[in-house]
Amino acid sequence: MIPLWMFLLVAAALFCIGAYGVLSRRNAIAILMGVELMLNAVNINLVAFWRYLTPLNMSGQAFAAFVFVVAAAEAAIGLAIIIAVYRNRRSVVVEDVNLLKW
Amino acid sequence: MQFDLNDPNILPWLIPAGPLLAFVIIVLLTNRARWLPATSPEYGGHHPDYEGMEVPVVHASSRVASIIVGMSGAVTALLLALAVVTQVAAYPERFGKGVFASSVDWLATGAGAFSMGVLVDPLTTIMLIMVPIAVLCIFIYSIGYMAHDPRQARFFALISLFAGAMLTLVVADNLLLLFVGWEVMGLCSYMLIGFWFEKESAYKAAIKAFTTTRVADVIMLLGIAYLYAETGTLSFREILYNAEVLDRLASAPAIIFGSVSAAGLISIFLIIGTIGKSAQFPLHVWLPDAMEGPTPVSAMIHAAAMVSAGIYAIIRMYPLLAAGGDPHHGEFTSPLLLMAVVGAVTALFSATIAVAQNDVKRVLAYSTISQLGFMMAALGIGAYVAAAFHLITHAFFKALLFMASGSVIHGMEHGEHHVHEHAHHHKAHHAHDAHAEHDHEAHHKHFDPQDMMNMGGLRKTMPVTFYTFLIGGLSLAGFPLITAGFWSKDEILADAWLGVTHGYGPHALVFVLLALAAFLTAFYTMRQLGLTFWGEPRTEEAKHASLGQGAVSITMTLPLIVLAFFALTAGFVGVPPDFPLFGAIFSPQTNPFFDFVKYTLLPEFQPAKPPFNWIPVLTSFVVALGGIYAGYLMYWRKPLQAGQEDPLISILGRPLHTTLRNKYYLDELYHALLIVPSQWLARVVAEALDRGVIDGVLALIARVFTWIGDLLKVLNTWLIDGVGDGIPRLIGQFGNWIRRAQTGRVQQYLLFVALAALVIGIIFVVSTGLLQAAG
Repeated sequence: MIPLWMFLLVAAALFCIGAYGVLSRRNAIAILMGVELMLNAVNINLVAFWRYLTPLNMSGQAFAAFVFVVAAAEAAIGLAIIIAVYRNRRSVVVEDVNLLKW
Repeated sequence: MQFDLNDPNILPWLIPAGPLLAFVIIVLLTNRARWLPATSPEYGGHHPDYEGMEVPVVHASSRVASIIVGMSGAVTALLLALAVVTQVAAYPERFGKGVFASSVDWLATGAGAFSMGVLVDPLTTIMLIMVPIAVLCIFIYSIGYMAHDPRQARFFALISLFAGAMLTLVVADNLLLLFVGWEVMGLCSYMLIGFWFEKESAYKAAIKAFTTTRVADVIMLLGIAYLYAETGTLSFREILYNAEVLDRLASAPAIIFGSVSAAGLISIFLIIGTIGKSAQFPLHVWLPDAMEGPTPVSAMIHAAAMVSAGIYAIIRMYPLLAAGGDPHHGEFTSPLLLMAVVGAVTALFSATIAVAQNDVKRVLAYSTISQLGFMMAALGIGAYVAAAFHLITHAFFKALLFMASGSVIHGMEHGEHHVHEHAHHHKAHHAHDAHAEHDHEAHHKHFDPQDMMNMGGLRKTMPVTFYTFLIGGLSLAGFPLITAGFWSKDEILADAWLGVTHGYGPHALVFVLLALAAFLTAFYTMRQLGLTFWGEPRTEEAKHASLGQGAVSITMTLPLIVLAFFALTAGFVGVPPDFPLFGAIFSPQTNPFFDFVKYTLLPEFQPAKPPFNWIPVLTSFVVALGGIYAGYLMYWRKPLQAGQEDPLISILGRPLHTTLRNKYYLDELYHALLIVPSQWLARVVAEALDRGVIDGVLALIARVFTWIGDLLKVLNTWLIDGVGDGIPRLIGQFGNWIRRAQTGRVQQYLLFVALAALVIGIIFVVSTGLLQAAG
């Protein structure tokens, strides 16, 4: 059986890729995708911990399901915002969207 | 408490209620703004009593309402008083054993409650006959006398309150309630004397009356307080009808003036109250000035209420006054001596002033003072019943005299009005007759309708007034046998003579001074009658003086006739049984008045009836008839002609006459001795103390506080504002500095979040590791 640490390793790798994408990409859609990666990495963790540590307790699965729902909603709203920004500024580069500051 | 109208213990509560309610109703009903305006909005012009003064016309509805309400109050009081009197008379056996009384607890404080109540004993009973009758007559008379006055609602309200206060005082069963009535009357007399307050003399007289009586009242209140402190009660029943308490008070030494007993000191305080209220020397000065009020008020003050209240109070308190002494056996307590001396001196002193007065009301005012002196002196020698008797008869004939003199004044004003109109008429037709016009103007300006020198011959135009005035005057003079004044004065003299036969000094003093005063009384009464009514009119005004026709004249003459009846007959209730002929007719078995009133006193205080003696009776005859004859010789046989000088001046000599006329300069003396120094003191206090010391200290304090304030202000700006403003400024600067972190770049934020998470994670891991290592 695949040991738990392998799942965790994959998840950590995935999270780091996602985090890197979020921090380094200029395109807002790419950032959004990075966020999705991070969320899925967390999902892997949740499911893996559930499966290995508390298989009798469904909370891990349930959490993962919640995260899907939230991620879907977040993606929808995020894309809508990006479209709205694009309509105003003709750009999806986040560095151009810097009005909200001091 | 069950209210049973047939219970003579309860009914007295209601007697003062009528006039008091009338006062409240009139005050509430009639005023300028409400549906029953006191005066009508349009102005009516000439006021009868002030020259050239614009006054509002009295509103007919309020006039009628005030009269109806006021009269119903007075009539109710009279009916209730008579009901009480008849009920009381139905139980003659009660007197001597107890009295009719009821009381309620009032002002319950601590362990004890002050008991307030009413009491009807023989003394109250006779007052309950006299006061309401006199009050009702005064009310009826006021309807006519005040008919043209713009402030009738006010007048009837105040005079109702006056009557209510007097009745309260009469039925009171304790000194405090008596004092309440006493003070309310003081207030009413102040407002009524100053009723025509536009006149300077009127408001000055009002203030004079109020302050003079106030001086006495404060001392009286002191006496009441002392009595309460000594006995713990002020109830008449518990003090005056209780020989034990009286003995204790008479034997205890007073807190000051150790030679006097507690009873003596309390009594002296109470007597001083009466000296003020009943205008005895030396506090009599307010009473003649009180003539400034409308005449019904003068009658009220002089007869029915105010001054009678003073005498009533000391008659009421007589057992206390005499406690420890027995004037009938020559043992005088100091209060009795004080009364005898003050009363006798006042009687003679004011009688001498009265002979030289020319103002028709002022003569009567001094005669009132004199007659009150009679009562006071009588009480001082223990002639308790005689004092009460004279109080009643005097009230009747003095009310009569005042209202008759009011009629005279009214008639003279009428005449003045007539002459005035006639002159205008004259002027219109004979404008070129400058001399007559000038003559009239000069004459008119100085015309005084109260000056007897302007009168004369009024018997022809005012017959009813003349005859009633004559009856009242003869009663005042003590015309033998047929007038009330004779019998009461005779009884005082008889009592005094009884003491003289035993060789008691005070009795002799009282006898001599009162006999002289009675002579002068008869003389000045005849002088007044002669100057006013006899001879020929000395002025045009007097020639046309009359009361006019109709309701006014009826309301003004009816009370005179009623009172004239009492002035003649009131004396017959007190005829000594052993008096030749008259005793057999009016008191075949016993002297009804004497044997009724004496039960007000405990048996040991009851005066002995003086046996009949020719000397006081002959003295009464001689002084009354002598005075009347002297007055006849000087003022009736050869009536004064216009412009002629008073024959008294040549007889007395001008300096003496002037002294008398100016009342021995007592007013001037008081002015110099009391008023000028107190004004000076006030000025000194105002300038030195008030402006110098107090203002100086205050200014200094103010300056110190201003300085402290300045200091605090600086502190405030520096410290508090510095701190207060500094904190926000720092926060603002910090915010400015820290807001640079807000770049607006999302990824940067996220980086910070990631770094923070990393740092927190490291701290967490390290601390957990440390904890595990430690654990």
